[in-house]
Amino acid sequence: MGAKAENGPKPPPPLSSPPPFKALVKLKTKQQELLIRSAALALIYVLAFAIRLFSVLRYESMIHEFDPYFNYRTTLFLTRNGFYEFWNWFDSESWYPLGRIIGGTLYPGLMVTAALIYRALRFLTFAVHIREVCVLTAPFFASNTTLVAYFFGKEIWDAGAGLVAAALIAICPGYISRSVAGSYDNEGVAIFALLFTFYLFVKAVNTGSLAWSLASAFGYFYMVSAWGGYVFIINLIPLYVLVLLVTGRYSMRLYVAYNCMYVLGMMLAMQIRFVGFQHVQSGEHMAAMGVFFLMQVFYFLYWVKDMLNDTKLFQSFLQITLTCAIGVGTLALGIGMASGYISPWTGRFYSLLDPTYAKDHIPIIASVSEHQPTAWSSFMFDFHILLILFPAGLYFCFKRLSDATIFIVMYGLTSMYFASVMVRLILVAAPAVCLISAIAISATIKNLTTLIRKKSKAALTVSSKATSNLKASAKALLDQSLPFQRNGAIAVLVGAFYLLSRYAIHCTWVTSEAYSSPSIVLAARGAHGGRVIFDDYREAYYWLRQNTPPDAKVMSWWDYGYQITAMGNRTVIVDNNTWNNTHIATVGRAMSSYEHEAYEIMQSLDVDYVLVVFGGLTGYSSDDINKFLWMVRIGGGVFPVIKEPDYLVNGEYRVDKGAAPKMLNCLMYKLSYYRFGEVTTEYGKPTGYDRARGVEIGNKDIKLEYLEEAFTTSNWIIRIYKVKPPKNRW
Amino acid sequence: MAMVSRFAFFLLWISVLSSTTHSELVISRIDRRVDLSSHIVRALFSMKVENVGSKVVSEVLLAFPNMQAKNLAAIKTLYNEGRGKVKASSVSLPTAVVEPEGMPPELTFYSVSLPKGLEKGGTVSLDVLAVFAHSLQPFPEEITQADGQLVVYQDSAYYLSPYTVKVQTLGIRLPGGRVESYTKFPNAKLVDSEITYGPFENLPAFSYSPVIVHFENNYPFAVAHELVREIEISHWGNVQITEHYNLVHGGAKTKGGFSRLDYQARSSVRGASSFSHLIFRLPPRAHSIYYRDEIGNISTSHFWGDSRKTQLEIEPRFPIFGGWKTSFTIGYGLPLQDFLFKVDGKRMLNITFGSPMDEVIVDNLIVKVVLPEGSNGISASVPFPTKQGEEIKYSHLDIVGRPVLVLEKSNVVPEHNLYFQVYYHFNNLSLLGEPMMLISGFFLLFVACIVYMHTDMSISKSSASYLAKIQLEEVQATVQQIQNIINQCLAVHDKLDASLRDLSRTGDVQSCKIARKTADAQLKELVKELKPLVTFLHHSPQASHIWPKVEELVAKEKDMQEKMFLRHSTVVDCFEKKLGGREIENRVASQQQKLAALRQEVDDLLEFLDEI
Repeated sequence: MGAKAENGPKPPPPLSSPPPFKALVKLKTKQQELLIRSAALALIYVLAFAIRLFSVLRYESMIHEFDPYFNYRTTLFLTRNGFYEFWNWFDSESWYPLGRIIGGTLYPGLMVTAALIYRALRFLTFAVHIREVCVLTAPFFASNTTLVAYFFGKEIWDAGAGLVAAALIAICPGYISRSVAGSYDNEGVAIFALLFTFYLFVKAVNTGSLAWSLASAFGYFYMVSAWGGYVFIINLIPLYVLVLLVTGRYSMRLYVAYNCMYVLGMMLAMQIRFVGFQHVQSGEHMAAMGVFFLMQVFYFLYWVKDMLNDTKLFQSFLQITLTCAIGVGTLALGIGMASGYISPWTGRFYSLLDPTYAKDHIPIIASVSEHQPTAWSSFMFDFHILLILFPAGLYFCFKRLSDATIFIVMYGLTSMYFASVMVRLILVAAPAVCLISAIAISATIKNLTTLIRKKSKAALTVSSKATSNLKASAKALLDQSLPFQRNGAIAVLVGAFYLLSRYAIHCTWVTSEAYSSPSIVLAARGAHGGRVIFDDYREAYYWLRQNTPPDAKVMSWWDYGYQITAMGNRTVIVDNNTWNNTHIATVGRAMSSYEHEAYEIMQSLDVDYVLVVFGGLTGYSSDDINKFLWMVRIGGGVFPVIKEPDYLVNGEYRVDKGAAPKMLNCLMYKLSYYRFGEVTTEYGKPTGYDRARGVEIGNKDIKLEYLEEAFTTSNWIIRIYKVKPPKNRW
Repeated sequence: MAMVSRFAFFLLWISVLSSTTHSELVISRIDRRVDLSSHIVRALFSMKVENVGSKVVSEVLLAFPNMQAKNLAAIKTLYNEGRGKVKASSVSLPTAVVEPEGMPPELTFYSVSLPKGLEKGGTVSLDVLAVFAHSLQPFPEEITQADGQLVVYQDSAYYLSPYTVKVQTLGIRLPGGRVESYTKFPNAKLVDSEITYGPFENLPAFSYSPVIVHFENNYPFAVAHELVREIEISHWGNVQITEHYNLVHGGAKTKGGFSRLDYQARSSVRGASSFSHLIFRLPPRAHSIYYRDEIGNISTSHFWGDSRKTQLEIEPRFPIFGGWKTSFTIGYGLPLQDFLFKVDGKRMLNITFGSPMDEVIVDNLIVKVVLPEGSNGISASVPFPTKQGEEIKYSHLDIVGRPVLVLEKSNVVPEHNLYFQVYYHFNNLSLLGEPMMLISGFFLLFVACIVYMHTDMSISKSSASYLAKIQLEEVQATVQQIQNIINQCLAVHDKLDASLRDLSRTGDVQSCKIARKTADAQLKELVKELKPLVTFLHHSPQASHIWPKVEELVAKEKDMQEKMFLRHSTVVDCFEKKLGGREIENRVASQQQKLAALRQEVDDLLEFLDEI
């Protein structure tokens, strides 16, 4: 860098210069560069796809986790029945007896994308199954994200940084965790859309071109159609604009970019039914609108300033205008809020700004593990060296401040904050962290290599002329400013490569070990080191699908709702959509009541089967007993008859003999431990020893009066009970 | 039971009819053996038929009550040529349904055509194998998990025949469990899970006496409601078979709950009527086997293979109790050369028809033979009647689609696992179609890329930014050319250096002078080439920022040339004056130093230009 700075203004140097391959000598330097750059990008593209296939290799080509099953089911519906039917789909198979208007309550971007890919492949005469398309959508978009990261990096720094950013994001565990093959979730395409929108916007700000701004509006539209996280964009961009205004970087480019993007993006976003008029009606979107008006005021002021040519007059005019503008804005906001036209912030939004909010007010959000605040270890796990490189990158950004670097700094800082509030938002921070770290790596390595190359050249010349003159070489040596500069540079370079290789190794390990499990199929190591597979979930769902009446209603905790509808093809009472808290609370209440009370609730809900997840036999810890307190809390939040202290003993949650009597006799306990008291689970332990919690259960003699065991899977992980019909009165 | 009364009615009919029989045949002896050990009932009749009439008889009638006939899945008649027990020479005889006149409608008749007419007084030995599906009725119809499965089998103690039967016996083999009850006859006895009736002698035609056996049978009652077998032929060397099963336990329905604890602790007792394993006997050299269902792969399967057979043992996701259903798909590949042959210019596929699964009843079997794209003249030969149809299937890279031959048959038992043949025409050249499509697709893609790189797509050719871009490219190209020329100059310098070194070694002044002359000429040439480029660069506005550097570079190079020649002439002079080596070195030392410094500067400049 130093060498270049001396030489005055010139266009940004295009990337690290290619090594002079003899074969490439005939090409122009520009073409050599292009070749190497595109080859590297192509490799990164393939790498990003390939590393996400671990899950297919370790397990199979299947859909993972919970939400992806809903997405898969809706995609299936979309490809079978067409978009119109999909848009108007009223799903009576979930939220019985309420049903759910699917078309109006989901972000259709993912499904439409997958369906389009499917159509395109079919058109190209590739007879693929829609499941394969769904499984591979996330890796495909991750690959595309690397391309966007490259262009983004090129825009904010240089092409070298872009390449490094592409390579980093291709294997960044924070991103991989949500985009392995089979993780068919909104985030899979949304991160691509997010980064793409940001890139287009920065490009629009840099060029002031209407075309780029339009493109970013469409990128925003895609993002809105794909994920609720679009709120991040619609708040970050105004914030960024505001910062530019405050720092005196207002320009016509910014004006064009923001206005076009905001107005068009808002119009387009209204086309998504789930979002509707929120852009003008909800508190979360008001910042964007405020900044939009502020821009107009700014523009007006500049115009007036041009016209007036009188500083004093302008100053007073400025004061009046600003006071008026702020006054009118506050008044409008106040009236909007008061009249209820503008809805206040939602709980989810609050819980982002105040991490303790959800815990106190919305148990249903707090109960999800991915909504918990992030631990340091998971930062380290997901970012590894990027966490250290991030501040270094910030330093470089501040050193060369421009509109683009300000953007990436703001994106990095805000997303880092959100990532520490909620585990799942590490995903949003991942691209920013990768980009900023890439700047650090690229800039450092570039500096080091310039040092090394300069000296090596000198050394080379010296050695070739060594025979002729000693004085010349002595003079050349005098050029060096530091004695061990070259050696030092080499050492640092080697260190950097070591770190980067550790990063690559870490990412590969994390991907293969931690993030490739579909969580439907559990794998463990057997006593002899062999791989044991627990396929109980699918066993149970398939049993439901095959051996229950087609109109049977299944009651389970909401976590399993999507899976039951997708794999079991049966109606559920509640599912992962969690749109109706009361309904979920009713199920929570049934689970935490005594059997006869629960029977009444189940009768009123027409429940035919009850499904519980039980890990006591296998030691599977994320089962319903461990989630039970949340059921109590959510149930108690709506029905005060359910009180959390009834299930605790001195504030302690127990299932053994010392457990609270209500706990020992509630429906969930009975269903989980029915006849478990007769089983010996571990050698040398009494019967009924719960391996997940490591205690002997407290109630071994469980009798069921209103339910009967209908099916239990081979490892007892899922237990299904049939609700008996009411007894005859006579 | 209700059926018994129907039988009584039936007997009435028969007694009316028996007088009207006009048969010339008499069955002199018949031994019936009914095997009830699985859920498929196999009855083997060994009979000796004698012609007592005057006419030559060419067919023998077999009668079955309609109730049995509707479950009759397969019937096969074997004719023993050799007297005695040489079964090797048995010949299969055509057996078909007939409706002879004057016979009761409650009976279904099968006619066996004899290979040659039976003369008066002649006898013939026939072996008839009749296979019945769904002939064991569970009773009680609903059982709990802990109960064994009891079934009822009904037959007649006497052989129901339109002919008089002289001597007959009936043996019923049971699976060996508990026998609840069986119809007692004076000469009936139960020995080692085999019930024998008879011998009975001299019974008139249409004699009937119902027999009911009630016994325990826990054999897996695997019934496939529907089985779709897809046989896909690829002339690249593979036959891919995909079988979609829709399986149900056809035995007594389960009532009450299912307790995993009981099942795990004592599965042989508490779950005796269920089954959890299915065996498939696949053809040898089967490969790429998979086993999955709608929601994914099922990991519980085992597989053995040797050169003669391949055995696949699968476990459904859950044990199948009475009335429970499951569905799954298995698929495997087979080597093409084992199944595809060339016959009279036609291709012939020779492969088995039924399911490779052990003892399964398939209610409705659909076999789809998917032939490669471009096949025609399709015909099939199946050893039993089937419904045939055709459809089109689209697979990877298909444009017109693959012709599919669809064969449908209901009530299929393992006895139907026979080879059938499909004949079709196929041109080997069609094989290359799809690879060529792919190749041309990629070719077009690359061509498109090349075209894109080499064409100018900008809309306005006169806009400032466009012109600036063009100019910038030109400048870059020029700078590169200049660099090349300078590099060539440097190479010439090196040559000159080398000639000096040669001189100091050999002292050959003349060759050194020649070297200098050629170098001079080369450098002049290069300088001439350099000139227009430099002027272009000088006048180009885009090059303003690098112009000083280039100028410096050219100047330095020129300087270097001069210094080089100066040194060269000095050294040559010295040599001509025959001065000592040290002297020469002293003289050129300062020049040498300057040259080295210049060279260094030129190199630096070149490197700098490289980076732009």
